[in-house]
Amino acid sequence: MNFFLETLIGGLLAGTLYSLVAIGFVLIYKASGVFNFAQGTMLLFAALTFVSLREQGLSFALALLLTVLVMIVGALLIERLVLRPLVNRSQITLFMATLGLSFIIEGLAQGLMGAQVRALDLGIEDVPLFVGEIMISQFDLIAAGVSALTVAVLALLFNKTRIGVALRAVADDTRAALSLGINLNRIWQIVWAVAGVVGLVAGLLWGARQGVQFSLSLVVLKALPVLIIGGFTSIGGAIVGGLIVGAAENLAEAYIGPLIGGGITPWFAYFLALIFLYIRPSGLFGDRIIERV
Amino acid sequence: MTFATLAGTESSEWLAVQDIEVIYDGAILAVAGVSLRVGQGDIVALLGANGAGKSTTLKAISGLVQADRAQVSRGRIVFQGQDTAGVAANLLARQGIVHVLEGRHVFAHLTVEDNLRSGGFLRKPTRRELEQDLERIYAWFPRLKTKRKTQAGLTSGGEQQMLAIGRALMTQPRLVLLDEPSMGLAPMLVEEIFAIVAQLNAEEGMSFLVAEQNINVALRHVSYAYILENGRVVSEGDATELAAREDLQHFYLGGKAR
Repeated sequence: MNFFLETLIGGLLAGTLYSLVAIGFVLIYKASGVFNFAQGTMLLFAALTFVSLREQGLSFALALLLTVLVMIVGALLIERLVLRPLVNRSQITLFMATLGLSFIIEGLAQGLMGAQVRALDLGIEDVPLFVGEIMISQFDLIAAGVSALTVAVLALLFNKTRIGVALRAVADDTRAALSLGINLNRIWQIVWAVAGVVGLVAGLLWGARQGVQFSLSLVVLKALPVLIIGGFTSIGGAIVGGLIVGAAENLAEAYIGPLIGGGITPWFAYFLALIFLYIRPSGLFGDRIIERV
Repeated sequence: MTFATLAGTESSEWLAVQDIEVIYDGAILAVAGVSLRVGQGDIVALLGANGAGKSTTLKAISGLVQADRAQVSRGRIVFQGQDTAGVAANLLARQGIVHVLEGRHVFAHLTVEDNLRSGGFLRKPTRRELEQDLERIYAWFPRLKTKRKTQAGLTSGGEQQMLAIGRALMTQPRLVLLDEPSMGLAPMLVEEIFAIVAQLNAEEGMSFLVAEQNINVALRHVSYAYILENGRVVSEGDATELAAREDLQHFYLGGKAR
């Protein structure tokens, strides 16, 4: 029983990171209808920038602040140079644009900051904690706390502010929002900047766990099953989807793994997503159209 | 005397649409020659059957045509002395033109109150001003107040139409473009909504340009009307005068105006 709980809790904590990555997608998808393939490279770029600044001897806080600024400037550039010229184009056009964007960002990152694996120390010691007889990783616990905090800040932003109401309005009906004087370009800038900052948080936590390297951008592929399970249009869905994937991966590796020779983690999430596609294609919390009967 | 004439001219020139042509996707002609005027404080109707070009004309005025990959390819639209064809909708909203779209287009997942708040986005009101503005809208549409915490997508068609109008009023517009407010609503509700619009016009001096298929109701509440057919204005006149004409009913059913 203890082993089960340990595995479950470890999985859930790891899942919060998946959630964080997925939230970046949901934000952009809701506001501009774009599946942003570049979310993974944005995350990598943020982590690399932070590590490079730290290597230059900057303090933690200053490096963080500068990286946030870099992500905001990046969002403004992407909106101006990629999204605005392609406005009103089909979804596949925009998707291809972000695919291209992801390679440009990756190349840029490599050129500017090198391709070797960098260690990222956030100053969190990874010592095991014991709750009763259950062992929990302190790092995972803190990472989950940071993720939860990020989500709470986002919830406040979306529900309590003028910009937040406008963001949700645009997500619901672009034309109506436009007719009320809401500037779509500004909204996109804000959303991409927020997604960039969420990417930064996720990038730092992932980077600290497995080193900052180019494979970090592949978390984009991990986010896909999370989105399919949780729904592309729901932040709540991204959170729950991340937790489900994290927990299921860990449990499957522990219980089913030995039966079929292990190595389940890389594909189990996709297996789960496939099942969801059969029984609930819009995901757990995906928007179904609200209509009064 | 001269002064009065000048002022009169200015008011009738407040919104002037001069022989516009609108093309979708570079090929499909939706409006082929529409001219109309709305004076400050006027309430004017744009009447015609489905597909006559009413919505496109309104979208050309509000700037929303661009969002539909369409453009005003000929003619001029002048609002308060400025050429506005090709100006983005969100900038025109800033100038005081708000468009209530056909089919309401409320933000379905937002509460009724958040829908109204979104209409206040443009003006950056303080919390206090925003509360006052909300109360003002609730005074016009008391039904909305009882549903303020309900998701807009779950309210009735009539409530959604009221919400769409209330949301537009939150921008404090000078000119409201109202597209097909009667669509899918019970006659009593249509009457109620038109009565409120007429009252807003009379009491707040807000100008309205209303596109409608429901000719009878519209003519009872507006002062002047234009009749559209196949993307052209085929007739115009005072509401009372038009209401007396027999051929209009015939035309409403898809026939030709004589």
